[in-house]
Order: sequence, then C-alpha cells, then structure tokens
Amino acid sequence: MRRSLTPLVVTLAVLAFFYLPVAVLVGNSFNASRFGGEWSGFTLNWYRRLLAAPEIWHALGNTLAIALVATAGSTVLGTTAAFALDRYRSRLQDAHYLLVYAPLVIPEILLGISLLLFFVALRVQLGYPTIVVAHVTFCVSYVAMVVLGRLQDFDWALVEAAQDLGADAWTAGRRVVLPLLAPGIAAGALLAFTLSVDDFVITFFVAGPGTTTLPLRIYSMIKHGSPPLINALSTLLLTLTTTAVWLSQRLLKEAR
Amino acid sequence: MTFLAPKDGLSIACDNFVILEDSKPAALTHEFIRFRHGPAVAAEDAKHTKIRDRSRLRLLVPRPYGHYIGQSHSVRRLRRRPRAPHAVSDFIQFEDVSRHYGSVRAVDKVSLGIGKGEFFSLLGPSGCGKTTLLRMLAGFERPDTGRVLLDGQDITDLPPERRKVNTIFQNYALFPHLSVRQNIAFGPTVARRPRREVDDEVEKMLALIQMRDHAEKRIDQISGGQKQRVAIARALINKPAVLLLDEPLAALDLKLRQRMLIELDMVHDQVGITFIFVTHDQGEAMSLADRVAVMNEGRIEQLGRPVEIYEAPQTSFVSAFIGDSNFFEGVVAEVVDAEHVRLSIDSFQDLYAFNDKGLHQGERVYLSVRPEKIRISRDRPLEGRDHNTTRAVVDDVIYLGTHTRFWLRAGEYRLAVEQQHNRFVLDDLPIRWQDEVWLQWHVDDGYMLERYAERDEALMSFPPQRVGEGDAPAESPADGRG
Repeated sequence: MRRSLTPLVVTLAVLAFFYLPVAVLVGNSFNASRFGGEWSGFTLNWYRRLLAAPEIWHALGNTLAIALVATAGSTVLGTTAAFALDRYRSRLQDAHYLLVYAPLVIPEILLGISLLLFFVALRVQLGYPTIVVAHVTFCVSYVAMVVLGRLQDFDWALVEAAQDLGADAWTAGRRVVLPLLAPGIAAGALLAFTLSVDDFVITFFVAGPGTTTLPLRIYSMIKHGSPPLINALSTLLLTLTTTAVWLSQRLLKEAR
Repeated sequence: MTFLAPKDGLSIACDNFVILEDSKPAALTHEFIRFRHGPAVAAEDAKHTKIRDRSRLRLLVPRPYGHYIGQSHSVRRLRRRPRAPHAVSDFIQFEDVSRHYGSVRAVDKVSLGIGKGEFFSLLGPSGCGKTTLLRMLAGFERPDTGRVLLDGQDITDLPPERRKVNTIFQNYALFPHLSVRQNIAFGPTVARRPRREVDDEVEKMLALIQMRDHAEKRIDQISGGQKQRVAIARALINKPAVLLLDEPLAALDLKLRQRMLIELDMVHDQVGITFIFVTHDQGEAMSLADRVAVMNEGRIEQLGRPVEIYEAPQTSFVSAFIGDSNFFEGVVAEVVDAEHVRLSIDSFQDLYAFNDKGLHQGERVYLSVRPEKIRISRDRPLEGRDHNTTRAVVDDVIYLGTHTRFWLRAGEYRLAVEQQHNRFVLDDLPIRWQDEVWLQWHVDDGYMLERYAERDEALMSFPPQRVGEGDAPAESPADGRG
C-alpha cells in the first residue's frame, strides 16, 4: 500500500516555519556580511568582537547572578507550594491552585506593569533586587507545576514503608522523598533558570536606571544597530537555554 | 530441617510419620513433614501419625485411622466445641478500639486478641475496617477510643518507627531509587547499626530469599514474586515481633499467588513470629491462617479456625461472604429429640436440622446449606432419618471443570448445588436443563444461623423466599435469634 506523503510534507513545512528564522540567525552569526543579505564568507569576527565588548559581559554577569538567586528562591518556594497543593485537602485549595497557576497565563506585560506599580507604591528603589523578586514571582509557578506533576505520581506508601522500617519523618524525607523528587525539583529549577535568563518584558518594567541584563542589552543594541553582534550573542544564548531545557527534560524522563 | 512440599498437594509419603497440626509450633526443629490437607491421605501413606495440638505432641496414632482423623471431619464435633477465646491469644490485644472517619465507622469497638506465633487473618470486603485495624497496629492510624497492646505494653500512641512491627504493603512499597540490597538494608541502616553487621545480615537475608544473584538490581528489574520476597526480607531483617501483611498477593496473577502462598507459609514456619494477614480473598485466608476474623462494617462478625468459619457460620454475612450458600427461612415445627428439630419451611415438606442451639418450637430460624453438601441425582435416593430429601427442577447447568454448578427451582426457592466430577458422574446420563431431579443432604449439613440481616442478601446468590413477598413482613427478619 502506498502511504500518503501529505503528513510528511506538512510536518516538514511546520518545522521549517518554526526553525528557519532561528537557523538564519545562527547562520548569519558566522556571515562576514554586515547586513546578512547575502553570504559573503565564513567568519568568527563577530564572536571575537563580542568577546571584546565589556558591557555585554557585564550584562551577562548580571543576568546569571539574577537567574541564580531567582532560581534558588523560586525552587524552594515552588517546591513547598507543590507539597502544600498535593498533601493538604481544604476548601481553599482550589483558590490556592489558581493563585499558583495564574502567573503562567497572565500576560507578561500585565505582570510587569503591576509589579512596577507595586514597587513604586511601596517606594522601593528599582534595581537588581526588584528584578529578582519579579523573576521569583513568575518562576515559582513553573517550579510548582513541574514538581506537582511529579508529586502526583509519588507513592506515599513509600514514606509509610520508611517509617515502618524505623525512619522518623526527617529521615524518611531525606532518604526517600528527596531522592525520588530530586529530578523533578532539578527540572523545575532549570526551567526557572531558563525563564529568568531570557525574560525581557517583566525585567524591562522593573529594571531601574543603569541596571541592565542581557536581554535588555540586546534590545538596546538592536535599537542602536549592530545586528551581527546580536546574531552571535543570540546564538550563544540559544545554546545556553536549549542545553538547560534539554537537561531538564532528560532529568524528568530519567525519573519516570 | 527437611521440608517436603507436596507436589500435588495431596500425597506425601514418608518413612516415619506425618504430623497433623492443629496449630503450628513456634519453631521447627526436627525433621518432619507438615500436612494440612486431607487427614485421610496421611493415614494411608504414613506408618504413624502424630497429632500436634497447640505445639504440644498429643497423640501418636498408629496407622491407619486415628481418633483425630475421624473427628476432624465431623461437623457435629466442630459445632459442639465451646467457642471460648483462644487460650494464648494475648500477645496482641485490641481493647475496644474504634476509628471514625466523619460519620463512617471504619472500626467499631473491636476487641481482639492474637496469640504469639499465630498466623492470623483479617478477612472481609473492602471497607470493612480490616486495613484500618492493621494500620492501627502498624502505627499509621490512631484509634479514637480504645487501646492497642503488644506483649503487654500499651503502644496506642507509639509512632510507627518505634514499634516492633513491620509491614508488607499492598504493592510492596519498595524504594525504586535503591537496589534490592539497599532496600533490604534500609531498616538496619536507619537504625545506625554498624556497617559490617548490616552487610552480614543483608547477605543472610539475600540467601534466605534466594536473591543473591539479583542483589544489585533495581526494583523495576525484578518480577512480582521477587518483589514480594524482597519486601519480606526488608521487613524480617528488623526482627519484628509481628509481621503485618496488607493484601500482599493482590498484585500477583493466579499461579504466582498460589506459589507465594506456600512461600509465605514456609517463611512463617521458619521465623515463628506472629503474622497478621489482611485479605478480601477467602481462599488466601482459609489456606494460611490458624484463625480468621471475618469483618464487616467495622465489626468482627465471627472469629475462629477456617474450618469453623466455613462449616459453622454464625451469621448470614459470614455464610454468604465465605463461599456460597443456600438460605432457607422458616420456623421450628417440632423438637424431635435432643439433637434434631423439624422445620417448617415454605415449599418444602419436612426439613430436619441438627439442633445445636437448643431451639424451641415456634422459633424463627434461618438455615444455611452449602451447595456442595447437597447431592443431586436423577433417581430417587434412599431416604432416611439422617437426610433431607426433596425434588427440584433444573434451571441451569454450568460446567466449571472441577465441578458443575446447578441452579435449581424447588417450589418458591431457587437453589445452588455443586457436583464434583468423577467416573460415576461422567458415566451417568448427564443432568440437563429442565430435568426433574432429587436433592438430598445430611441433616447435619444444614446449619442454623445465629444472626440474619436482610442487607446481607446482596451477597447471596439466592436470598430465601419470603411469605407473601411484597407484603409488609409480619416481623423483623433481622436477628432471628438474639
């Protein structure tokens, strides 16, 4: 029997639609032409110039530092939220779930504006701390959802088994719950890290004057026009986030 | 120790003797053969038969038939035994324990004593409270009222990790992130026992469960039967005083279940500690347990040896839940002599029953007769005072391999009868649908229930027919006798 080619063609077309722009960007980062219209030879020149641009490294440093702190905070909060959502039965639980889930569906720009208004109302100086707080607020939801997914598969009889075998609550948590949930928690943390690293919209609102992160930096570079450098930077960023997401997926899969 | 497991469960030949046990010894020391099914075979095969009763050697019976052998099948003797509490059942004590979930009474004022070394089974449908009772002993549930004692010590408020009790969980709850070896070592490791000591113990356990070659495997790499063995080893390495088994065979398929039953029995013989086995499967409970507590709606309906539970059910629930039964409702028409009553039951002429309850004329009774106790035949059987004989019409015939089940109609009643297959039956002209047949059962095989509850009729194949069905019943059928 002849199989139809249509599914294959459609699949390839969709993939091309998604990834062709990214591929062009990656390709252009090695293109000697300044405007990327035509291929005028392979070069690592843009990367070299990128290395020599201190303001970019400064921005990258800021971004990573913010991401690390925000990841740590949101991992702890998100994991505890997931436990609370999974373990306790209460009439308020639906509302709790909605509150944790909401940042995933609220438009980022809304979140950014409301956070900005909130900080202004509190007369908090905008700067790195406000960025971290803002990142934690939306990363918590992602961590909570990932960990909650793992918790729903978790067999609580294992904790009873541990207690039955002489472990107190603390030991059971350390020897049974934590090792089994670690992949889920790590996956949530990596996801939070990725989101924090490439967040632009919210950061844009809550960043103070003079504070900059990599996405903000890229935005201003586009405005002031140095496309080849952005291509190179974007390619590096892409590599970083893809690796993180790939790692988190692998961890989740391994845990299954 | 030599242990000869019967290949087919029936014939064991042996040079010396066969031991019949009423209850098992604390530890097996000598060479002998255990024998549980069919004393008659023991009498045929063995030169001598020793009778063991509650760990003490009572009788040495030269072959062939001993006094005990004749007795064990006598339903009458069984029923006349006083139902006194077990002599040594104070190792574990539930004192008037209750547990409520909202308005649901999971466990309702249960008092129960279990002996040291006993293989005890809690049997009942789901939601009857058996698991809650078990979890109270393990420490996962606290009773609302009452006390739980272990070896004289009140453990009601002791957390699970401080009880000398270990559990085999329903799906074993083995730790998936640890190897077989690490799973077994969990208890002693948590107890901070010296490393070398732990390693030695684990090695011994691995040998015991024959899993040395699989010690480093992960839990998802071993089979269901192996998982159960690991769960047993993981529990026993802590040297508990009591092992709790929460439906441990439910996850296994039929053949494996039968094999694991035998393994559990062997383990119990080897370690000699108290086993408490929770199950909804009557076969499992009957085949393993020294005593069974049948539970329903948070209460113990009946407590006794498996043979007592089956042959002499006290309530309609026990009779309907364990195996199957035919139920008749009637009144005592006449007290014939010291042992027999004549019953008046609609649709039947005269039915006699063994009067072990001292009933008087006019009292309402519920009679239970097991399907396999009734003989079915085309030809009119010899009638005698010992037998009830009646006619019936075949409604349906169901061939089930080991036996055939007949659904019959006798007047207003529908009855179930089971017939084993053997040469005689096969050579006979088979009984078919719509045939008119004779039914006969021994007077002693009809058993009068002490309590009857209408709600148990949901469990019955055929509930007894009521006079004027649909009219208001003249009197409450529940609690036929107080």
